[in-house]
Amino acid sequence: MSTTYLNDLCKQIRRDIVNMIASASSGHPGGSLSCVELIVGAFSQMNFDAQNPAWPERDRFVLSKGHCAPALYAALARYGFFPVEELSTLRQLHSRLQGHPDCKKCPGIDASTGSLGQGVSVAVGMALGAKHQRKDFKVYVVTGDGELQEGQVWEAFMAASHYGLDNLTVMIDWNGLQIDGTNDQVMSLGALPDKLRAFGFELIELSDGNDIEQVVAAIKAPCNGKPKCILAHTTKGKGVSFMENNVGWHGKAPDNEQRLKALAELED
Amino acid sequence: MEMKATRRAYGEALIELAKCDPRVVVLDADLAHATFTTLFRDAFPERHYNMGIAEANMVDAAAGMSGTGLVPFCSTFAIFGTGRVYEQIRNCIAYPQLNVKLAMTHAGISVGEDGGSHQSVEDIALMRVIPNMTVICPADANETHDAVFAAAELNGPVYIRLARAETPVFEDELKKPFQLGRANVLREGKDAVIFSYGIMVNESLKAADMLAGNGVSAAVVNVHTIKPLDTACVLEYAAQCRNVFVAEEHSVIGGLGEAIAAALLEGGVHARFTRIGVQDRFGQSGKPAELLREYGLDAASIADKVLSKIV
Repeated sequence: MSTTYLNDLCKQIRRDIVNMIASASSGHPGGSLSCVELIVGAFSQMNFDAQNPAWPERDRFVLSKGHCAPALYAALARYGFFPVEELSTLRQLHSRLQGHPDCKKCPGIDASTGSLGQGVSVAVGMALGAKHQRKDFKVYVVTGDGELQEGQVWEAFMAASHYGLDNLTVMIDWNGLQIDGTNDQVMSLGALPDKLRAFGFELIELSDGNDIEQVVAAIKAPCNGKPKCILAHTTKGKGVSFMENNVGWHGKAPDNEQRLKALAELED
Repeated sequence: MEMKATRRAYGEALIELAKCDPRVVVLDADLAHATFTTLFRDAFPERHYNMGIAEANMVDAAAGMSGTGLVPFCSTFAIFGTGRVYEQIRNCIAYPQLNVKLAMTHAGISVGEDGGSHQSVEDIALMRVIPNMTVICPADANETHDAVFAAAELNGPVYIRLARAETPVFEDELKKPFQLGRANVLREGKDAVIFSYGIMVNESLKAADMLAGNGVSAAVVNVHTIKPLDTACVLEYAAQCRNVFVAEEHSVIGGLGEAIAAALLEGGVHARFTRIGVQDRFGQSGKPAELLREYGLDAASIADKVLSKIV
């Protein structure tokens, strides 16, 4: 896929996110907008069959920061897992598009997530399962930065290294903000790159995790027998000027006026 | 009579199961010697994963492994394998209804000397409240074997509660076929019925012997599957015996006793009802037999309770 195509896709997904969350009057636009390139970058390189989402040999994708489900749902719809029209059912009664991803309900969701800190462990188990069965599929997981405050994430990192899971790629959406403020105000992550290297990752730090070319190159890069970690500096609320780097948009839905303003900024 | 802990029977059953089911893998959290998954590890080293002292990661990794077609059995002590990781089990295993088996050992006060911090008397409550979860507690080694196979056959999450202490392996008429969700009547009676599970089945049988010496005919029913409850059997024996006792090595809050109480009320069966269990308190150090006595769970205490409550 060309960079132009992927950039257009990311922009489309951002419009979907704004529309979905506005339509639901509920959801998490800031983090959804910041991780779009990480999701699209992964799906652009993954083996999957949208018509047969349970294909056992498929690559797996886990959105550990499950509250950013709108970004994943939009990507899944745009990649053909379910009709684009269904996106407007987000967070409604009986919808397959639950507030947080539900793998029992929604095609293309490989793990039910939402309770932070757990998706990386699930992804570790998937990668371990692949190794155990000598299967070639790969596992991608996107985690938040605030999510790294959960101790379980580091248990999972330890296990990924211990079992040499070079089929696992952990992508960290490092936008620097969480609900109650900046990471440093809430609970400092400290020397994050050093910590990740010390836990045994092949670390690739991206100066701009909202640059699809950087993301794709990092996903394609070799990992030398270690689990790979892509530490991506991103912008919370990316693409919508009044949401960018504004913690107030972590979990707030735009009203119609704000929706139209955002969509205008996200035009081709 | 042969004595064997259900945790040892579990380790042995895993080996047999793994021989006929290539999907089976086992995860442990640095307690493999205590949970007896070392038996499995020695037989199938490439199918045993020690996840270190990191229970949360263990159960969620098991969820991920099940998503690749494997059938993971996770083991550690019940206190850590249910309480510490309750929300991991709820959200990552039960909510997506994944095929993960949680076989946790050292449940109840019969853990003994390690004391209250290590004696889980809440695990049944924690697991049975979760939708999609099946809850089993086998009474002896043979039943443990059958429970492990039944759990593997069921496509969904199962909690199996296992004991540290050695207990008799039932023989002859006490050896019953195991059917998931179907209680086994081990002793018929007409004056009282004692429902129990796990190591308390043996105590209840001994209590029934003592009661017989006092002219009281007590039925003993092994409710090895706590969820789903065999409501038909419970209602039948409650209606027949009228004096209902539930004996469990668990808090009286949230255990089998409360499940049966609800079944009786909703089933319209009027019976005199008594819960024999850990009375809303923590465990402590001591020898298993001393603790059962202290907490009113040994055979003599059960018999005394029945005699004092029966009408």
